Amino acid sequence: MWKTILRRVVIMIPQIVILSLLVFILAKFMPGDPFTGSITPQTDASQLHALKVQAGLYDPWYTQYVHWVVNMFHGDFGTSYQFKEPVMAVIGGRAVNTLWLSLFTVILTYLIAIPLGLLAGRYEDTNLDRGIMFFNYVTYAIPLFVFLVLGLWLFGYVLGWFPSGGSISLSANGFFGNALSRLYHMILPGVLTALLSTTSTVQYLRSEIVDQKHQDMVATARAKGVPERKVFSRHILRNSLLPIAAFMGYSITGLLGGSVFVEQIFVYPGMGQLFLNSISNRDFSVITALVMIYGILALFGTLLSDIIMSIVDPRIRIK
Amino acid sequence: MGEELLTIDHLHTAFKHGTEYYDAVDDVSLKIHKDEILAIVGESGCGKTTLAKSIIGLHDLKRTKISGHIGFENEELVGASPAKFDKLRGSEMGMIFQDPLAALNPLMRVEDQVREVLDYHTNYSAEKKHKIVLELLDQVGLENPERVARQFPHELSGGMRQRIIIAIAIACKPELIIADEPTTALDVTIQAQILDLLRTIQTQNHAGIILITHDLGVVADTADEVVVMYAGQVVERGSVSQIFNHPLHPYTRSLLKSIPQADHPGDRLYAIEGSVPPLTKMPHDGCRFAPRIPWVPESAHEKKPTMHEPEEGHYVLCTCYQSFKFENGEAV
Repeated sequence: MWKTILRRVVIMIPQIVILSLLVFILAKFMPGDPFTGSITPQTDASQLHALKVQAGLYDPWYTQYVHWVVNMFHGDFGTSYQFKEPVMAVIGGRAVNTLWLSLFTVILTYLIAIPLGLLAGRYEDTNLDRGIMFFNYVTYAIPLFVFLVLGLWLFGYVLGWFPSGGSISLSANGFFGNALSRLYHMILPGVLTALLSTTSTVQYLRSEIVDQKHQDMVATARAKGVPERKVFSRHILRNSLLPIAAFMGYSITGLLGGSVFVEQIFVYPGMGQLFLNSISNRDFSVITALVMIYGILALFGTLLSDIIMSIVDPRIRIK
Repeated sequence: MGEELLTIDHLHTAFKHGTEYYDAVDDVSLKIHKDEILAIVGESGCGKTTLAKSIIGLHDLKRTKISGHIGFENEELVGASPAKFDKLRGSEMGMIFQDPLAALNPLMRVEDQVREVLDYHTNYSAEKKHKIVLELLDQVGLENPERVARQFPHELSGGMRQRIIIAIAIACKPELIIADEPTTALDVTIQAQILDLLRTIQTQNHAGIILITHDLGVVADTADEVVVMYAGQVVERGSVSQIFNHPLHPYTRSLLKSIPQADHPGDRLYAIEGSVPPLTKMPHDGCRFAPRIPWVPESAHEKKPTMHEPEEGHYVLCTCYQSFKFENGEAV
């Protein structure tokens, strides 16, 4: 199995190089430069030119590329035009917020989706199954932003059970106080998002279980005298979870990118909100860094999925 | 012939289609003894597998209605509880499936899959189970059992997988083994080996084997008794020599005629016209084979076909066998 993982990691190197080249080229096409934000009517043109030369902006593209990559390895993505702070510092705090919210949402999503899919598949064609499928179609049909706004209005304003925005309250202090306040702020956006993110997992799991039930392999297990309950848990369920496992990596890193909708509606200071904000303020250095980070996250997502698959499915391991 | 092992009387197995139930197995009666290989032959869709699954209780009872009588070692299996079947399956009855890749769990090591039978039917210690698994793998002719035990199904060949299925089926030395087309998915040389293996196991364990197949060559080589099924009914049954040397029912005769003959090269292969009617369009009355031998006059068939026993132990359905000739006038 380690061989499989090592091979996968080695394959990732050219992928990351190509990704970085693409992001670099895109960044070069964008208007402006690191000094655009600091130009004032009093700025001397020759002084600006000297600064640009010093920053290497007139070097050939490959020198600039290598320079950019080397800086990136040192965690230096340049300076945000908007915040006048190093990009890493701008992203850092928000990444932590997004990480917590995403983790909370992913866990909640699977906690809701797996039991639902499992029950629907196991009790196929019963009212329970039909009820779960109905829930699934409803959650699939509702647009996330409508659901979030409605949820926010109902639970945030009308009932006032949960805070309507932010990631932590100002009055929170101490380790537990902070943690509790964070959790309290995550509950509403997390639960609402998780409820609408269950569709594909429920559907996949249900149809896999229904499919596996009719496999010869399951008949063999029954013919061995394995009781029905064990046939389900040892044979049907394990095999049905494979496609779910295959998607797990993507969905974990996908959510790390942060949800633009959730963070915008709940004024939650995370990566998604930062991304939207940077675009509207033309904060190119932040956008470049975020695109690069999202790209690397996506690559790690596929890596994670492949690792999970190689753990659960012996057919995928490389000898 | 050993003592009676399994008796099936007037068995009906009906599947739900829409709101109606349709008989896939229609009034089947047969017996199997210890130390005997009973072959059930017939073309696809004639109810062979449905019959086997009724015996071993693998039908989904929400969609299937089983009536009649299946007696196995003084127990009635029609309407038996799932718990009783869990106890019988694996220990008293083993089943071998058609497709050896689909029949094994791709995520479990061979050892775990074989040991699972022992887990539910014995109280042996882990070491003893391990030892038995290795013995079984050796018994079914797998070389290097320790290595095979650690492997996953996808690492093995089709013949090896079928041997593992057989090892699973015989793990608790069951009295009755049902082999549902065990050689269909294998190539010819492996087929012969697997059939040899089945015969060896039968002699060693004194088991009764129900061998389901559509390959008459397999039947002639392996079986003691033969049951010929057509459209859910038993149309003929008798010993291997009776069926092969003196076939009676037009269907049996047609089946035998459609085997390629090595001594008549160049002949057109005989094909039976038409196909088995679908379950929903199965005629209730009259001889079900009549539409496939249209040149035989209606008067040759019985209105309600019954079993006849023209010679001892040789049964045939309907009277059409008496006057039946092939379309070209040949009698056999």
